[in-house]
Amino acid sequence: MGDFRMPSLGADMETGTIVEWRVKPGDTVQRGDIIAVVDTEKSTIEVEVFEDGVIGELLAEPGQEMPVGALLAHIVPAGSSAPAPPPAEPAPAPARPAGEGGFVRASPLARRTAAAQGSELQAVAGTGPGGAVRAADLDLHAEPAVAPAAPVPAAAPAAPRGAEDRQAAMRHAVGALMATSKREIPHYYLATTVDMRAAMAWLSELNAKRPVAERLLPACLLLKATALAAREFPSMNGFWDNGFQPSAPVHIGVAISLRGGGLVAPAIHDADRMELRELMISLRDLVGRARAGVLRSSEMSDPTITVTNLGEQGVEEVFGVIYPPQVALVGFGTIVERPWAEAGMVGARPVVRATLAADHRVSDGHEGARFLATIARLLQAPEAL
Amino acid sequence: MTNDDGRALLVELLHRIAPEADLAEVDPDAPMQEALDLDSMDYLNLLTALSEETGIDVPEQDYPKLSTANGFAAYVASASVSAPARDAAGLVTFDPG
Repeated sequence: MGDFRMPSLGADMETGTIVEWRVKPGDTVQRGDIIAVVDTEKSTIEVEVFEDGVIGELLAEPGQEMPVGALLAHIVPAGSSAPAPPPAEPAPAPARPAGEGGFVRASPLARRTAAAQGSELQAVAGTGPGGAVRAADLDLHAEPAVAPAAPVPAAAPAAPRGAEDRQAAMRHAVGALMATSKREIPHYYLATTVDMRAAMAWLSELNAKRPVAERLLPACLLLKATALAAREFPSMNGFWDNGFQPSAPVHIGVAISLRGGGLVAPAIHDADRMELRELMISLRDLVGRARAGVLRSSEMSDPTITVTNLGEQGVEEVFGVIYPPQVALVGFGTIVERPWAEAGMVGARPVVRATLAADHRVSDGHEGARFLATIARLLQAPEAL
Repeated sequence: MTNDDGRALLVELLHRIAPEADLAEVDPDAPMQEALDLDSMDYLNLLTALSEETGIDVPEQDYPKLSTANGFAAYVASASVSAPARDAAGLVTFDPG
C-alpha cells in the first residue's frame, strides 16, 4: 500500500529511466503532484503521484533503468500513523468498489499478465488507484514472499540521450506500437466529407473580434465535435484488453508531430466538457510541452480516443493506425474549398474530409458511420460546441 | 522599422517558436510554413509573439500577406509606423502632442 512504482506510460513501454526526483523523503505530496521525471524511449514524462501522502525511502537512483512495475519509492498514505510495511510482505487487500457487471479495475498490463498466469483478477489485492490491480500486484499474488523487482542494470552511464539516439529510439517505439496495432486490431475504415461553411464563417467572425493571442484554431472545433460525439458513441471511446472497457470520461489524444521526426499523442482530459477557449489554451500548452519533450504521465496513459490532423501538410484524407489499447482513431485533412452541390446548384464551400479507423471487435461499420455523421452534424452548429 | 529590422525580428521570433528553423536557408519569397515545416499552431504562436513584441495585431484576413519572409518583413515594417509606442516597461505611451 502506498508504493510508488514505475508506471506504464504507453502500451509499448517496458522500461523507464529516472532522470530526477522532484521529492525527497519526508516531503508531503498531494494527488497530482509531480513526483519524478522519467525518460522513456519517446520522451521525458513528469510522473504524477496518485494519492496524498508522505514520501518514504527513495529506492531508485537517477540514471537507473527500471522495468515497468518496479518499486521506486515508499509513500506513507495520508492519515496513516504506522510506518510503511517492508516490501517483502504483501499489502492487505484494500476495499475495492464493485465495478459494473463484476468488472475489476486493473491496468492493461495487469490484465495481460493475469491472463498469461491464469490468475483471477478478483482474487488479487490491488494497490493502484481505487484498489485497481497493477501488474506488480500479480507478482506478489503469485509468490507472497517475493523480493521487490531488481532494477535492470543500467547499460550506459546516466548521461541524457543524444538527439540521434532519441530519434532512433522514438522510431523503434512508434514502429513497434504501430506493428502491434496492425497485427492485433482488425481495422475498418470510413470517410465522409463535412461541410465547413457554417463553422468557418462563425470562427472568422469570432476571431475578427479577438486579438491574436485569444483566437481559436479550426482544430478546436474538430476536437470538440469529436469529443462530444465520442460521449454519444461509447463503442468508440475506451480501451481493449481481452474485451472492451468503455470509458465514461472522454480524454482526447491529440497526435502531435515532433520536430526532427516522431509522434506522440497525449490526452486533453475531459475534452467534451471544455469550453472552446479552454480547449484552445490546453491544446496550445500541450503542443508546446510535447515538442519540448516534457509531458505528464496522466497525459500519456489516459487517451480514450485519438484525433490525427494531417491537414497542415495539405493532405486531404488520412487513414490512420489505431493507438493500442484504444479502439478508434479519427482523422481530419486540410480544410479546403471545393465545389459543392446543393438543391441542384453548384457553388464553392470550405469542406474537410473526416475519417474513422475503428476496431471491428468493438463496433461495426453502421455504428462507425453514425459516429462520423454525428461529428459532421455537430460541426454544422459551431456556436453550440 | 525598416524591412531589414522586420526580417531581424522574424528571425528572433522564429528562434523562440521553432529553434531549429533556419530562415537563412529559405527562399524569402517562398511560403514559410511549408519551407520551415510550421503548422497553424506555430504560426499563431509566431503572430502572438509579434503582437507581444511590437503591439502589431494582425487581422485574420491579412495572414496571407505574412506567409513569406519578405512579406512578413514588409508588413511589419509598414505596420510599425502606426503601432503604439512602448516605453521601457513595455507599456504603451501616449503622445499628447
